[in-house]
Amino acid sequence: MLQLKKLSKIYKTGDKALSAVDLTVPQGQVMALIGPSGAGKSTLIRCINRLVEPTSGSITLGDVEITSLKGNSLRQQRRRMGMIFQEYALVERLTVMENVLSGRLGYVSFVRSFLRKFPQKDIDEAFRLLDRVELLDMTDKRADELSGGQRQRVGIARALIQDPALLLVDEPTASLDPKTSRQIMRLICEMCEERKLAAIVNIHDVVLAKSFVQRIVGLEQGRIVFDGKPDDLTEKELTKIYGEEDWEDTIKKDESLA
Amino acid sequence: MVVLKKNDLKVWQRRDRKAQFKIWASWLFGAAIFMWSWQQISEVTTWFFVWDAPRIAADIGSRAMPPRWEYLSTLWRPLWDTLNIATLGTVLALLMAVPIAFMAARNTTPSTLFVRPFALLVIVSTRSINSLIWALLLVAIIGPGVFAGLIAIGIRSIGFCAKLLYEAIEEIDYTQVEAITATGASRWQVMTYGIVPQIMPAFAGIAIFRWDINLRESTVLGLVGAGGIGLQLQGSLNTLAWSQVSLILVVILAAVVVSEAVSAKARGAII
Repeated sequence: MLQLKKLSKIYKTGDKALSAVDLTVPQGQVMALIGPSGAGKSTLIRCINRLVEPTSGSITLGDVEITSLKGNSLRQQRRRMGMIFQEYALVERLTVMENVLSGRLGYVSFVRSFLRKFPQKDIDEAFRLLDRVELLDMTDKRADELSGGQRQRVGIARALIQDPALLLVDEPTASLDPKTSRQIMRLICEMCEERKLAAIVNIHDVVLAKSFVQRIVGLEQGRIVFDGKPDDLTEKELTKIYGEEDWEDTIKKDESLA
Repeated sequence: MVVLKKNDLKVWQRRDRKAQFKIWASWLFGAAIFMWSWQQISEVTTWFFVWDAPRIAADIGSRAMPPRWEYLSTLWRPLWDTLNIATLGTVLALLMAVPIAFMAARNTTPSTLFVRPFALLVIVSTRSINSLIWALLLVAIIGPGVFAGLIAIGIRSIGFCAKLLYEAIEEIDYTQVEAITATGASRWQVMTYGIVPQIMPAFAGIAIFRWDINLRESTVLGLVGAGGIGLQLQGSLNTLAWSQVSLILVVILAAVVVSEAVSAKARGAII
Protein backbone atom coordinates (compact mmCIF):
# COMPACT_ATOMS: atom_id res chain seq x y z
CA MET A 1 0.00 0.00 0.00
CA LEU A 2 2.89 2.32 0.83
CA GLN A 3 5.81 2.05 -1.51
CA LEU A 4 9.13 3.87 -1.36
CA LYS A 5 11.40 3.64 -4.38
CA LYS A 6 15.01 4.77 -4.32
CA LEU A 7 14.15 7.40 -1.74
CA SER A 8 17.09 9.67 -0.96
CA LYS A 9 17.50 12.72 1.20
CA ILE A 10 20.58 14.89 1.33
CA TYR A 11 20.33 17.85 3.71
CA LYS A 12 21.66 21.27 2.77
CA THR A 13 24.56 20.68 5.13
CA GLY A 14 25.58 17.78 2.91
CA ASP A 15 24.50 15.09 5.37
CA LYS A 16 23.23 12.04 3.55
CA ALA A 17 20.25 11.04 5.66
CA LEU A 18 18.74 8.47 3.29
CA SER A 19 20.33 6.79 0.32
CA ALA A 20 18.14 4.94 -2.16
CA VAL A 21 15.75 3.35 0.31
CA ASP A 22 13.33 0.81 -1.14
CA LEU A 23 10.51 -0.21 1.15
CA THR A 24 7.00 -1.59 0.78
CA VAL A 25 4.46 -1.68 3.59
CA PRO A 26 1.25 -3.61 2.86
CA GLN A 27 -2.11 -2.66 4.30
CA GLY A 28 -2.60 -3.55 7.94
CA GLN A 29 1.04 -4.19 8.68
CA VAL A 30 2.71 -2.61 11.69
CA MET A 31 6.37 -2.21 10.95
CA ALA A 32 9.06 -1.11 13.38
CA LEU A 33 11.93 0.93 12.12
CA ILE A 34 15.00 0.58 14.30
CA GLY A 35 18.48 1.96 14.06
CA PRO A 36 20.98 4.15 15.89
CA SER A 37 20.40 7.89 16.37
CA GLY A 38 21.09 9.72 13.16
CA ALA A 39 20.38 6.68 11.00
CA GLY A 40 17.62 8.55 9.20
CA LYS A 41 14.54 7.07 10.87
CA SER A 42 12.86 10.42 11.55
CA THR A 43 13.83 11.70 8.12
CA LEU A 44 12.26 8.68 6.46
CA ILE A 45 8.97 9.16 8.28
CA ARG A 46 8.95 12.89 7.61
CA CYS A 47 9.66 12.36 3.92
CA ILE A 48 6.51 10.29 3.62
CA ASN A 49 4.22 13.12 4.73
CA ARG A 50 6.58 15.68 3.25
CA LEU A 51 7.42 17.54 6.43
CA VAL A 52 10.87 16.98 4.93
CA GLU A 53 11.34 17.28 1.18
CA PRO A 54 12.98 14.17 -0.27
CA THR A 55 15.89 14.85 -2.63
CA SER A 56 15.04 12.09 -5.07
CA GLY A 57 13.04 8.90 -5.40
CA SER A 58 9.33 8.29 -5.23
CA ILE A 59 6.71 7.57 -2.59
CA THR A 60 3.32 6.13 -3.47
CA LEU A 61 0.45 5.72 -1.05
CA GLY A 62 -2.25 3.56 -2.60
CA ASP A 63 -2.01 4.74 -6.17
CA VAL A 64 -1.05 8.34 -5.48
CA GLU A 65 2.45 9.59 -6.11
CA ILE A 66 3.25 11.84 -3.15
CA THR A 67 6.64 13.37 -3.93
CA SER A 68 5.31 15.59 -6.73
CA LEU A 69 2.23 16.92 -4.91
CA LYS A 70 1.73 20.57 -4.07
CA GLY A 71 -0.74 22.74 -2.16
CA ASN A 72 -4.22 21.31 -1.84
CA SER A 73 -3.49 17.86 -3.22
CA LEU A 74 -0.59 17.49 -0.78
CA ARG A 75 -2.89 18.46 2.08
CA GLN A 76 -5.43 15.88 0.93
CA GLN A 77 -2.79 13.16 1.05
CA ARG A 78 -1.55 14.33 4.45
CA ARG A 79 -5.06 13.72 5.77
CA ARG A 80 -4.56 10.04 4.93
CA MET A 81 -1.45 9.85 7.10
CA GLY A 82 -1.76 10.21 10.85
CA MET A 83 1.39 11.15 12.72
CA ILE A 84 2.30 10.46 16.33
CA PHE A 85 5.29 12.22 17.88
CA GLN A 86 7.95 11.56 20.46
CA GLU A 87 7.21 14.58 22.64
CA TYR A 88 3.49 14.23 21.88
CA ALA A 89 3.49 17.57 19.99
CA LEU A 90 0.09 18.53 21.34
CA VAL A 91 -0.79 22.18 21.21
CA GLU A 92 -0.14 22.72 24.89
CA ARG A 93 -2.47 25.64 25.48
CA LEU A 94 -5.48 24.12 23.78
CA THR A 95 -7.89 21.70 25.41
CA VAL A 96 -7.82 17.96 24.87
CA MET A 97 -10.94 18.24 22.69
CA GLU A 98 -9.42 20.96 20.55
CA ASN A 99 -6.29 18.89 20.13
CA VAL A 100 -8.25 15.85 19.03
CA LEU A 101 -10.40 17.91 16.66
CA SER A 102 -7.29 19.49 15.15
CA GLY A 103 -6.88 16.13 13.42
CA ARG A 104 -9.88 17.15 11.29
CA LEU A 105 -8.32 20.43 10.12
CA GLY A 106 -7.66 18.98 6.68
CA TYR A 107 -11.40 18.37 6.26
CA VAL A 108 -12.96 21.62 7.49
CA SER A 109 -12.78 25.18 6.21
CA PHE A 110 -10.62 27.82 7.84
CA VAL A 111 -13.60 29.77 9.18
CA ARG A 112 -15.18 26.70 10.77
CA SER A 113 -11.92 25.68 12.39
CA PHE A 114 -11.22 29.23 13.57
CA LEU A 115 -14.64 29.49 15.20
CA ARG A 116 -14.32 25.92 16.54
CA LYS A 117 -17.54 24.98 14.73
CA PHE A 118 -16.66 21.44 13.76
CA PRO A 119 -19.31 19.21 12.15
CA GLN A 120 -21.28 17.16 14.67
CA LYS A 121 -20.05 13.88 13.22
CA ASP A 122 -16.45 14.95 13.88
CA ILE A 123 -17.39 15.77 17.45
CA ASP A 124 -19.14 12.40 17.84
CA GLU A 125 -16.05 10.68 16.52
CA ALA A 126 -13.83 12.71 18.86
CA PHE A 127 -15.89 11.60 21.86
CA ARG A 128 -15.79 7.99 20.65
CA LEU A 129 -12.01 8.10 20.31
CA LEU A 130 -11.54 9.82 23.67
CA ASP A 131 -13.65 7.07 25.20
CA ARG A 132 -11.54 4.46 23.41
CA VAL A 133 -8.26 5.92 24.76
CA GLU A 134 -9.89 6.32 28.20
CA LEU A 135 -9.68 10.10 28.40
CA LEU A 136 -13.36 10.98 28.26
CA ASP A 137 -13.25 12.80 31.62
CA MET A 138 -10.27 14.87 30.44
CA THR A 139 -12.09 16.36 27.45
CA ASP A 140 -12.06 19.91 28.76
CA LYS A 141 -8.62 19.86 30.41
CA ARG A 142 -5.81 21.78 28.83
CA ALA A 143 -3.21 19.54 27.21
CA ASP A 144 -0.42 20.79 29.50
CA GLU A 145 -2.31 19.49 32.53
CA LEU A 146 -2.00 15.86 31.41
CA SER A 147 0.67 13.28 32.20
CA GLY A 148 2.97 11.91 29.49
CA GLY A 149 0.96 8.76 28.88
CA GLN A 150 -2.30 10.71 28.73
CA ARG A 151 -0.81 13.19 26.29
CA GLN A 152 0.38 10.45 24.00
CA ARG A 153 -3.12 8.96 24.05
CA VAL A 154 -4.48 12.35 22.96
CA GLY A 155 -1.84 12.28 20.22
CA ILE A 156 -3.10 8.88 19.11
CA ALA A 157 -6.70 10.10 19.07
CA ARG A 158 -5.66 13.13 17.03
CA ALA A 159 -3.97 10.90 14.47
CA LEU A 160 -6.88 8.47 14.26
CA ILE A 161 -9.61 11.07 13.85
CA GLN A 162 -7.99 11.91 10.53
CA ASP A 163 -9.34 8.54 9.40
CA PRO A 164 -5.92 7.71 7.98
CA ALA A 165 -4.77 4.78 5.91
CA LEU A 166 -1.29 4.95 7.35
CA LEU A 167 0.18 5.86 10.72
CA LEU A 168 3.59 7.44 10.96
CA VAL A 169 4.83 7.02 14.50
CA ASP A 170 8.02 8.74 15.60
CA GLU A 171 9.51 7.37 18.83
CA PRO A 172 6.14 7.12 20.60
CA THR A 173 7.59 5.80 23.84
CA ALA A 174 10.92 7.61 24.16
CA SER A 175 9.63 10.02 26.82
CA LEU A 176 7.54 7.50 28.74
CA ASP A 177 8.19 5.08 31.59
CA PRO A 178 8.46 1.35 30.77
CA LYS A 179 4.93 0.44 31.79
CA THR A 180 3.29 3.35 29.98
CA SER A 181 5.50 2.58 26.98
CA ARG A 182 4.06 -0.90 26.73
CA GLN A 183 0.52 0.40 27.14
CA ILE A 184 1.00 2.98 24.40
CA MET A 185 2.58 0.45 22.03
CA ARG A 186 -0.24 -1.97 22.71
CA LEU A 187 -2.83 0.74 22.07
CA ILE A 188 -1.21 1.74 18.77
CA CYS A 189 -1.04 -1.87 17.60
CA GLU A 190 -4.64 -2.59 18.66
CA MET A 191 -5.87 0.47 16.84
CA CYS A 192 -4.00 -0.54 13.70
CA GLU A 193 -5.53 -3.98 13.84
CA GLU A 194 -9.06 -2.65 14.42
CA ARG A 195 -8.84 -0.27 11.49
CA LYS A 196 -6.54 -2.29 9.26
CA LEU A 197 -3.98 0.50 9.25
CA ALA A 198 -0.46 0.23 8.08
CA ALA A 199 2.04 1.81 10.42
CA ILE A 200 5.71 2.68 10.50
CA VAL A 201 6.92 2.96 14.08
CA ASN A 202 10.33 4.48 14.76
CA ILE A 203 11.55 3.01 17.96
CA HIS A 204 14.73 2.85 20.03
CA ASP A 205 13.65 0.08 22.31
CA VAL A 206 14.42 -3.11 20.39
CA VAL A 207 12.92 -5.38 23.03
CA LEU A 208 9.67 -3.42 23.02
CA ALA A 209 9.55 -3.43 19.24
CA LYS A 210 10.10 -7.17 19.03
CA SER A 211 7.25 -7.94 21.37
CA PHE A 212 4.65 -5.93 19.49
CA VAL A 213 5.24 -5.80 15.74
CA GLN A 214 5.18 -8.29 12.88
CA ARG A 215 8.08 -6.86 10.95
CA ILE A 216 11.28 -5.05 11.79
CA VAL A 217 13.37 -2.95 9.45
CA GLY A 218 16.85 -1.88 10.51
CA LEU A 219 18.25 1.36 9.20
CA GLU A 220 21.92 2.26 9.41
CA GLN A 221 23.40 5.41 7.87
CA GLY A 222 20.41 5.86 5.60
CA ARG A 223 20.44 2.28 4.27
CA ILE A 224 18.21 -0.66 5.06
CA VAL A 225 20.45 -3.34 6.52
CA PHE A 226 17.80 -5.64 7.95
CA ASP A 227 14.25 -6.48 6.99
CA GLY A 228 12.52 -9.43 8.54
CA LYS A 229 10.51 -10.98 11.35
CA PRO A 230 11.34 -10.10 14.96
CA ASP A 231 12.68 -13.62 15.50
CA ASP A 232 15.21 -13.20 12.71
CA LEU A 233 16.82 -10.33 14.54
CA THR A 234 19.91 -12.14 15.79
CA GLU A 235 23.02 -10.89 17.50
CA LYS A 236 24.71 -10.70 14.12
CA GLU A 237 21.94 -8.55 12.68
CA LEU A 238 21.89 -6.21 15.66
CA THR A 239 25.64 -5.75 15.31
CA LYS A 240 25.10 -4.88 11.66
CA ILE A 241 22.56 -2.21 12.62
CA TYR A 242 24.03 -0.72 15.77
CA GLY A 243 27.64 -1.86 15.82
CA GLU A 244 29.58 -4.11 18.17
CA GLU A 245 28.00 -4.62 21.60
CA ASP A 246 26.93 -7.44 23.85
CA TRP A 247 23.45 -8.15 22.52
CA GLU A 248 22.73 -11.25 24.52
CA ASP A 249 20.33 -9.51 26.92
CA THR A 250 18.37 -7.85 24.15
CA ILE A 251 17.69 -11.19 22.57
CA LYS A 252 17.26 -13.17 25.79
CA LYS A 253 14.80 -10.77 27.37
CA ASP A 254 12.55 -11.27 24.43
CA GLU A 255 12.60 -15.04 24.89
CA SER A 256 11.71 -14.72 28.53
CA LEU A 257 8.75 -12.54 27.60
CA ALA A 258 7.58 -15.06 25.05
CA MET B 1 45.27 34.36 38.63
CA VAL B 2 48.83 33.87 39.55
CA VAL B 3 50.50 31.23 41.54
CA LEU B 4 53.89 32.20 42.95
CA LYS B 5 56.38 29.90 44.54
CA LYS B 6 57.97 31.23 47.73
CA ASN B 7 60.31 28.61 49.09
CA ASP B 8 57.99 25.62 49.22
CA LEU B 9 54.84 27.64 49.68
CA LYS B 10 52.41 28.12 46.81
CA VAL B 11 51.06 31.66 47.09
CA TRP B 12 48.00 32.63 45.13
CA GLN B 13 47.07 36.19 44.12
CA ARG B 14 44.17 37.33 42.00
CA ARG B 15 46.37 39.40 39.70
CA ASP B 16 50.06 39.83 39.13
CA ARG B 17 51.86 43.17 39.63
CA LYS B 18 51.51 44.24 36.01
CA ALA B 19 47.76 43.66 35.79
CA GLN B 20 47.28 45.40 39.11
CA PHE B 21 49.15 48.45 37.83
CA LYS B 22 47.03 48.55 34.66
CA ILE B 23 43.85 48.66 36.71
CA TRP B 24 45.11 51.49 38.88
CA ALA B 25 46.19 53.42 35.79
CA SER B 26 42.77 53.11 34.20
CA TRP B 27 41.10 54.31 37.39
CA LEU B 28 43.42 57.33 37.39
CA PHE B 29 42.63 58.01 33.75
CA GLY B 30 38.89 57.78 34.37
CA ALA B 31 39.08 60.14 37.35
CA ALA B 32 41.07 62.66 35.29
CA ILE B 33 38.45 62.65 32.52
CA PHE B 34 35.69 63.15 35.08
CA MET B 35 37.48 66.13 36.63
CA TRP B 36 38.13 67.72 33.25
CA SER B 37 34.47 67.33 32.17
CA TRP B 38 33.31 68.77 35.49
CA GLN B 39 35.47 71.80 34.91
CA GLN B 40 34.02 72.30 31.41
CA ILE B 41 30.44 72.15 32.69
CA SER B 42 31.26 74.44 35.57
CA GLU B 43 32.56 77.11 33.23
CA VAL B 44 29.26 77.38 31.35
CA THR B 45 27.06 77.20 34.43
CA THR B 46 25.72 80.37 35.98
CA TRP B 47 26.38 79.42 39.57
CA PHE B 48 24.33 82.28 40.97
CA PHE B 49 21.13 80.52 39.78
CA VAL B 50 22.25 77.21 41.16
CA TRP B 51 23.04 78.63 44.62
CA ASP B 52 19.67 80.30 44.45
CA ALA B 53 17.86 77.05 43.61
CA PRO B 54 16.83 75.94 47.12
CA ARG B 55 15.18 79.33 47.78
CA ILE B 56 13.29 79.27 44.46
CA ALA B 57 12.25 75.67 44.99
CA ALA B 58 10.97 76.49 48.45
CA ASP B 59 9.12 79.49 47.03
CA ILE B 60 7.42 77.46 44.27
CA GLY B 61 6.75 74.71 46.76
CA SER B 62 4.98 77.08 49.11
CA ARG B 63 2.85 78.43 46.25
CA ALA B 64 2.08 74.86 45.08
CA MET B 65 0.86 73.78 48.51
CA PRO B 66 -1.90 73.08 49.05
CA PRO B 67 -3.03 71.86 45.60
CA ARG B 68 -6.12 73.66 44.27
CA TRP B 69 -8.58 70.82 44.77
CA GLU B 70 -11.53 72.61 43.13
CA TYR B 71 -9.52 72.55 39.86
CA LEU B 72 -10.06 68.77 39.89
CA SER B 73 -13.51 69.16 38.32
CA THR B 74 -11.98 70.47 35.08
CA LEU B 75 -9.39 67.67 35.04
CA TRP B 76 -11.75 64.69 34.67
CA ARG B 77 -12.32 65.29 30.99
CA PRO B 78 -8.61 65.58 29.98
CA LEU B 79 -7.83 62.61 32.22
CA TRP B 80 -10.44 60.57 30.35
CA ASP B 81 -8.87 61.76 27.06
CA THR B 82 -5.46 60.63 28.28
CA LEU B 83 -6.81 57.20 29.15
CA ASN B 84 -8.42 56.96 25.72
CA ILE B 85 -5.25 57.99 23.94
CA ALA B 86 -3.32 55.30 25.80
CA THR B 87 -5.89 52.55 25.31
CA LEU B 88 -6.91 53.20 21.71
CA GLY B 89 -3.31 53.93 20.78
CA THR B 90 -2.27 50.55 22.17
CA VAL B 91 -5.09 48.77 20.31
CA LEU B 92 -4.11 50.54 17.10
CA ALA B 93 -0.48 49.58 17.60
CA LEU B 94 -1.34 45.93 18.25
CA LEU B 95 -3.50 45.74 15.13
CA MET B 96 -0.56 46.84 13.03
CA ALA B 97 2.12 45.03 15.05
CA VAL B 98 0.65 41.54 14.65
CA PRO B 99 1.05 41.26 10.86
CA ILE B 100 4.43 42.97 11.04
CA ALA B 101 5.60 40.54 13.72
CA PHE B 102 4.60 37.58 11.53
CA MET B 103 6.44 39.16 8.63
CA ALA B 104 9.54 39.74 10.75
CA ALA B 105 9.79 36.37 12.49
CA ARG B 106 12.24 34.10 10.68
CA ASN B 107 9.97 31.07 10.91
CA THR B 108 6.79 32.71 9.58
CA THR B 109 7.99 35.40 7.19
CA PRO B 110 6.85 34.90 3.58
CA SER B 111 10.26 35.97 2.33
CA THR B 112 13.52 36.50 4.22
CA LEU B 113 14.90 38.49 1.34
CA PHE B 114 12.18 41.10 0.75
CA VAL B 115 9.44 41.07 3.38
CA ARG B 116 11.56 40.55 6.49
CA PRO B 117 13.88 43.55 5.96
CA PHE B 118 10.83 45.73 5.34
CA ALA B 119 9.20 44.56 8.57
CA LEU B 120 12.42 45.10 10.51
CA LEU B 121 12.70 48.59 9.06
CA VAL B 122 9.19 49.41 10.26
CA ILE B 123 10.07 48.10 13.70
CA VAL B 124 13.30 50.06 13.99
CA SER B 125 11.97 53.31 12.57
CA THR B 126 8.83 53.46 14.70
CA ARG B 127 10.76 52.54 17.82
CA SER B 128 13.59 54.98 17.38
CA ILE B 129 11.46 58.13 17.39
CA ASN B 130 10.01 59.28 20.71
CA SER B 131 6.24 59.61 20.92
CA LEU B 132 6.60 63.29 21.83
CA ILE B 133 8.34 63.88 18.49
CA TRP B 134 5.73 61.82 16.65
CA ALA B 135 3.10 63.99 18.34
CA LEU B 136 4.87 67.21 17.30
CA LEU B 137 4.90 65.98 13.71
CA LEU B 138 1.31 64.78 13.76
CA VAL B 139 -0.01 67.93 15.38
CA ALA B 140 1.51 69.79 12.45
CA ILE B 141 0.01 67.34 9.96
CA ILE B 142 -3.47 66.57 11.29
CA GLY B 143 -3.90 69.44 13.68
CA PRO B 144 -3.91 69.54 17.49
CA GLY B 145 -6.15 67.34 19.58
CA VAL B 146 -6.71 63.86 20.93
CA PHE B 147 -6.55 62.19 17.51
CA ALA B 148 -2.99 63.32 16.88
CA GLY B 149 -1.97 61.99 20.29
CA LEU B 150 -3.68 58.68 19.64
CA ILE B 151 -1.88 58.19 16.31
CA ALA B 152 1.44 59.23 17.85
CA ILE B 153 1.09 56.67 20.63
CA GLY B 154 -0.04 54.08 18.10
CA ILE B 155 2.89 54.56 15.74
CA ARG B 156 5.42 54.72 18.55
CA SER B 157 4.18 51.42 19.98
CA ILE B 158 4.19 49.39 16.74
CA GLY B 159 7.90 48.70 16.83
CA PHE B 160 7.94 47.82 20.52
CA CYS B 161 5.01 45.40 20.27
CA ALA B 162 6.10 43.88 16.96
CA LYS B 163 9.65 43.31 18.17
CA LEU B 164 8.64 41.51 21.35
CA LEU B 165 5.96 39.56 19.50
CA TYR B 166 8.23 38.39 16.70
CA GLU B 167 10.78 37.25 19.25
CA ALA B 168 8.01 35.22 20.87
CA ILE B 169 7.05 33.76 17.50
CA GLU B 170 10.64 32.73 16.84
CA GLU B 171 10.77 30.92 20.17
CA ILE B 172 7.73 28.69 19.66
CA ASP B 173 7.96 24.93 19.88
CA TYR B 174 8.17 23.87 16.25
CA THR B 175 6.98 20.30 16.76
CA GLN B 176 3.50 21.59 17.56
CA VAL B 177 3.49 23.36 14.21
CA GLU B 178 4.74 20.19 12.52
CA ALA B 179 1.96 18.19 14.13
CA ILE B 180 -0.73 20.54 12.87
CA THR B 181 0.85 20.63 9.39
CA ALA B 182 0.89 16.83 9.34
CA THR B 183 -2.90 16.69 9.72
CA GLY B 184 -3.30 18.32 6.32
CA ALA B 185 -4.14 21.75 7.73
CA SER B 186 -3.87 24.80 5.49
CA ARG B 187 -1.36 27.59 6.04
CA TRP B 188 -3.86 29.72 7.94
CA GLN B 189 -5.07 26.80 10.00
CA VAL B 190 -1.48 26.02 10.97
CA MET B 191 -1.18 29.64 12.03
CA THR B 192 -4.32 29.69 14.19
CA TYR B 193 -3.83 26.21 15.71
CA GLY B 194 -0.08 25.72 15.76
CA ILE B 195 1.30 29.20 16.36
CA VAL B 196 -1.33 31.53 17.84
CA PRO B 197 -2.04 29.49 21.00
CA GLN B 198 1.69 29.39 21.72
CA ILE B 199 2.15 33.16 21.52
CA MET B 200 -1.07 34.17 23.31
CA PRO B 201 0.55 34.62 26.75
CA ALA B 202 3.32 36.74 25.23
CA PHE B 203 0.75 38.76 23.30
CA ALA B 204 -1.32 39.50 26.39
CA GLY B 205 1.75 40.38 28.40
CA ILE B 206 3.03 42.74 25.70
CA ALA B 207 -0.37 44.43 25.30
CA ILE B 208 -0.70 45.15 29.02
CA PHE B 209 2.90 46.24 29.40
CA ARG B 210 2.64 48.63 26.46
CA TRP B 211 -0.68 50.03 27.70
CA ASP B 212 0.99 50.72 31.02
CA ILE B 213 3.85 52.58 29.30
CA ASN B 214 1.47 54.43 26.99
CA LEU B 215 -0.55 55.81 29.87
CA ARG B 216 2.58 57.51 31.20
CA GLU B 217 3.65 58.72 27.77
CA SER B 218 0.23 60.12 26.93
CA THR B 219 0.25 62.36 30.01
CA VAL B 220 2.98 64.50 28.45
CA LEU B 221 1.62 64.57 24.89
CA GLY B 222 -0.51 67.59 25.73
CA LEU B 223 2.69 69.62 26.11
CA VAL B 224 2.89 69.72 22.31
CA GLY B 225 -0.85 70.11 21.82
CA ALA B 226 -1.80 66.49 21.26
CA GLY B 227 -4.60 66.40 23.81
CA GLY B 228 -4.94 64.87 27.24
CA ILE B 229 -3.97 66.07 30.67
CA GLY B 230 -0.62 67.43 29.45
CA LEU B 231 -2.50 70.30 27.83
CA GLN B 232 -3.72 71.42 31.27
CA LEU B 233 -0.24 70.95 32.67
CA GLN B 234 1.24 73.21 30.04
CA GLY B 235 -1.45 75.85 30.57
CA SER B 236 -0.89 75.86 34.32
CA LEU B 237 2.90 76.01 33.94
CA ASN B 238 2.64 78.94 31.55
CA THR B 239 0.41 80.91 33.89
CA LEU B 240 2.60 80.02 36.89
CA ALA B 241 -0.44 78.46 38.56
CA TRP B 242 1.69 76.25 40.80
CA SER B 243 -1.17 74.99 42.92
CA GLN B 244 -2.78 73.61 39.75
CA VAL B 245 0.51 72.06 38.62
CA SER B 246 0.83 70.21 41.91
CA LEU B 247 -2.75 68.94 41.60
CA ILE B 248 -2.09 67.68 38.07
CA LEU B 249 1.04 65.88 39.23
CA VAL B 250 -0.94 64.25 42.02
CA VAL B 251 -3.62 63.16 39.53
CA ILE B 252 -1.04 61.71 37.13
CA LEU B 253 0.62 59.86 40.00
CA ALA B 254 -2.74 58.43 41.05
CA ALA B 255 -3.56 57.37 37.49
CA VAL B 256 -0.22 55.60 37.11
CA VAL B 257 -0.64 53.81 40.43
CA VAL B 258 -4.11 52.64 39.37
CA SER B 259 -2.82 51.48 35.98
CA GLU B 260 -0.01 49.62 37.73
CA ALA B 261 -2.54 47.79 39.86
CA VAL B 262 -4.83 47.06 36.91
CA SER B 263 -2.03 45.66 34.76
CA ALA B 264 -0.67 43.53 37.58
CA LYS B 265 -4.16 42.06 38.08
CA ALA B 266 -4.71 41.50 34.36
CA ARG B 267 -1.32 39.89 33.89
CA GLY B 268 -1.96 37.57 36.81
CA ALA B 269 -5.30 36.57 35.35
CA ILE B 270 -3.89 35.70 31.92
CA ILE B 271 -0.65 33.91 32.70
